[in-house]
Amino acid sequence: MIYLTRKAEFSSAHFYRVAGWSDARNVEAFGKCANINGHGHNYTLEVTVAGEVDAVTGFVVDLKLLKDILEREVVGVFDHHHLNLEVPDFATVNPTTENIAVAIWRRLDGKIPNSTLHRVRVYETADIFADFYGASMSEKMSEAA
Amino acid sequence: MPVAHLTRRYRLSASHRLNAPSLDVQQNRDTYGKCNNPHGHGHNYFVEITVAGPIDAETGFVVDLVKLDALAQRELLDRFDEGHLNTDAVFATDFVPSTENLSVEVERVFRAAVPLLDARGALRLHSVRIEETGNNSFDLPSSRN
Repeated sequence: MIYLTRKAEFSSAHFYRVAGWSDARNVEAFGKCANINGHGHNYTLEVTVAGEVDAVTGFVVDLKLLKDILEREVVGVFDHHHLNLEVPDFATVNPTTENIAVAIWRRLDGKIPNSTLHRVRVYETADIFADFYGASMSEKMSEAA
Repeated sequence: MPVAHLTRRYRLSASHRLNAPSLDVQQNRDTYGKCNNPHGHGHNYFVEITVAGPIDAETGFVVDLVKLDALAQRELLDRFDEGHLNTDAVFATDFVPSTENLSVEVERVFRAAVPLLDARGALRLHSVRIEETGNNSFDLPSSRN
């Protein structure tokens, strides 16, 4: 088995707010990220899939196909959009780096042929990134803790 | 609740000298080469702290980055940035301030401190990764994993 990673980028706006909280409590919890007008980032997405190398093509996954899937499922939906206001994945949860990684996992899981999704990594900036390894990993880690 | 990994990258600049007290002068020169220069030398280190925990249902966060940054300011930057590693108490003995050993010390401190950042008690240090230069980096999984 081998791991293959493909990168993609999207630029999006977001803010952090909890609907049931007062304005003061939101500002206390999220600081300037609670600004209702939003702010934005250039996100970098790394999608890692695991699979066997095809004996004929030498590929795990056709990279053009993977690029098209990322474009259709993620970049086309997130890029140059406001995550809170325009992307249904974040209708009830904050579009934090962590939740963006989970949402992208849910969008991609089961849709990439000849491989299994291994990791979704989302960079909000060069100095902050979140990794999500799927629900089964979450269950294992919860049991370990 | 989905478990995600969140990584934060910190930069620190410090000098060090590699010299093992248990080796004689010639053995130290042979072992460490130019890193044994008595006057020391320095690096711009990048330290990546990866934590793992459930994503909070309300905030969408695994960890409050303000708290993680405050911990890093105290235990990483105030302690080591713009300093000489050999003058730190932990490296004053025969524990040589190689980047491997710096990783060991950072892992030891953060392993104990990270769970205290989260009232739910489910947050853990996952790993420490330190880049000594763009060509050298060291990964240390936390010993709780």
